[in-house]
Amino acid sequence: MTTTTAPPVLAERGPIADQPRFDCRNAYVDTLADLARSDHRIVGVVNDSVGSSKLDAFKKAFPDRLINVGIAEQDMVGVAAGLANGGRIPFVSAASCFLTARALEQIKADVSYSDRNVKLCGMSPGVAYGELGPTHQSIEDIAWLRAIDNMTIVVPADPVETAAAMRWAAATEGPAFIRVSRMSVPAIFDESYTFVPGRATTVREGDDVTIISNGTVLWRALAAAEQLEAGGVSARVVSMPTVKPLDVDAVLAAARETRGIVTAEESTTAGGLGGAVAETVVAHHPTRVRILGFDAFQPTGSAGFLLDRAGMSPDGIAEAARSLL
Amino acid sequence: MTALAPEHVTMPVLGRLSPHASRAEQVAHIAEAARQIRLQDLKLVHHAGAGHIGGDFSAIDVLATLYGAVLNVDPDHPDDPERDRFILSKGHVAGALYTTLAAFGFLPVEELATFLKPLSKLNGHPNRNYVRGVEANTGPLGHGLPIAVGHALSAKLDVSRRRTYVLTGDGELQEGSNWEAMMAASHHELDSLTVIVDRNRLQQGATTRETNDLDPLDAKAAAFGFAVVEVNGHDHGELLDVLSAVPFRPGKPTFVIAHTHKGHPISYMSNNVAWHHKVPDEAQLEQALAELDRLQAEQKHEEVARATGDERQR
Repeated sequence: MTTTTAPPVLAERGPIADQPRFDCRNAYVDTLADLARSDHRIVGVVNDSVGSSKLDAFKKAFPDRLINVGIAEQDMVGVAAGLANGGRIPFVSAASCFLTARALEQIKADVSYSDRNVKLCGMSPGVAYGELGPTHQSIEDIAWLRAIDNMTIVVPADPVETAAAMRWAAATEGPAFIRVSRMSVPAIFDESYTFVPGRATTVREGDDVTIISNGTVLWRALAAAEQLEAGGVSARVVSMPTVKPLDVDAVLAAARETRGIVTAEESTTAGGLGGAVAETVVAHHPTRVRILGFDAFQPTGSAGFLLDRAGMSPDGIAEAARSLL
Repeated sequence: MTALAPEHVTMPVLGRLSPHASRAEQVAHIAEAARQIRLQDLKLVHHAGAGHIGGDFSAIDVLATLYGAVLNVDPDHPDDPERDRFILSKGHVAGALYTTLAAFGFLPVEELATFLKPLSKLNGHPNRNYVRGVEANTGPLGHGLPIAVGHALSAKLDVSRRRTYVLTGDGELQEGSNWEAMMAASHHELDSLTVIVDRNRLQQGATTRETNDLDPLDAKAAAFGFAVVEVNGHDHGELLDVLSAVPFRPGKPTFVIAHTHKGHPISYMSNNVAWHHKVPDEAQLEQALAELDRLQAEQKHEEVARATGDERQR
């Protein structure tokens, strides 16, 4: 796949950290309602998660098409597979920790292996529920789902990418997992952005070192690149919304053209985006990779605190990048 | 034992009954299908050297009744959106399902000769992407009922008359996902949904009572909001009457407890826990084939005579 260079929205706006922040769940529910208006097949499926998924407006607009199975995740994913059998396009919206862990076998057998047109939307993933502790933090979801065949995994970084990923998912037959955070993030993309599964976007050019990131950490990677530039280091920032399938060309270009790769994501260090990047360069073009993420159950703390603590503050990411020079 | 080969696959395709067939004709059709499916499935398991013959034989009469005279499905239009759905939740009896699908024209009969062979489409658990007529890739237990609830919900949203049938094992009901799905089914008043429980009272290693007792199953299902019906799961007339008459209570899903015997009707297999996935040897195969030929023919005569008598009385 060709790596595209973009996004004009970033140019001349000033430091990314100073930009206004948005809750991607608003883009999620607006897009879902919009999709539902034009396609009667779209339905929502929830496990009592109407409020936490911000689906109240959807419920009001389409009361029959928001199916609440109660607090029952295995049933929720099986029901979604059955709805897809009946020709519907279910968007399952549930806290990512319960959706992916509790219903992992249903995701594997009923959705992926059965090749059902089910969209799994993992709400508040990673450390979004930081204060609630490791039971509610969902840092493992990407690693678990990456191991399952026939599953596209998308980790959008801002509201525009969230909406674009959902529109792609609704229009494309087959299983998909989309992570939707409650953590506010600055806008990175503008309305000209096109989401293509498996395609990365170079959101900042650079040739000393590459930072590959996605989701809520992408803006932090950009902030790190701003710092690095101030210190005379040219850091490329590659947005990799699709963890699976990975944009191998973008990874290998980074491996060939820069002196090392830092990956930064709201996931376990084992088996996430970092793992996917490392597997790729080891096989095709060995280069140094620093994998930033979470390497253990996390203590209580806000999401921002936990990301900073794990070395994913802009300073931390910049420091990891400098260590490769 | 010789390896499974084309000469071991001899089952006729039974085709579809006229929609105007009498009940006696329907019963005869189902009974003949059940006889042919058992004869063929036994050979598959013997020659393939693997399979779940006990559970197969427990479920075959239900399968033959559904495909023989209940389900609105058509092998010429297997993807018709308005077809009824049958979901085999106890996916390990795939051999019985494949043989049934072959008997009714969904699967080429000759393909049965590949059962469990390397790269065969006929895996030990069914795959809908390989086999026409399979609605869900089952195998892990407790998956079929939630999928069936989802399909029944889709039919309700579509204001469609298409029905959903799911066959679960009884031991399988120890999986909690079934009870999650049953709560949702009654909450959403899915009366187009019929759950059939293959109540053979045996699981892999022991009776359900010894393992994790399900009784009182009827009261449990009723408490979960289902209309509960009990049938002899080997009586084709009874099965036909019940499975065609659903729903029994408007607004309520139906829970059919089909009382069965694992390994039915083979003398050395029936109700014997050892035959969960044991493979009959040459002598056992011969004995079983002989018993089947005789017992199933007797049952057919008896059932048809009874059905004909019933019709005269009406």
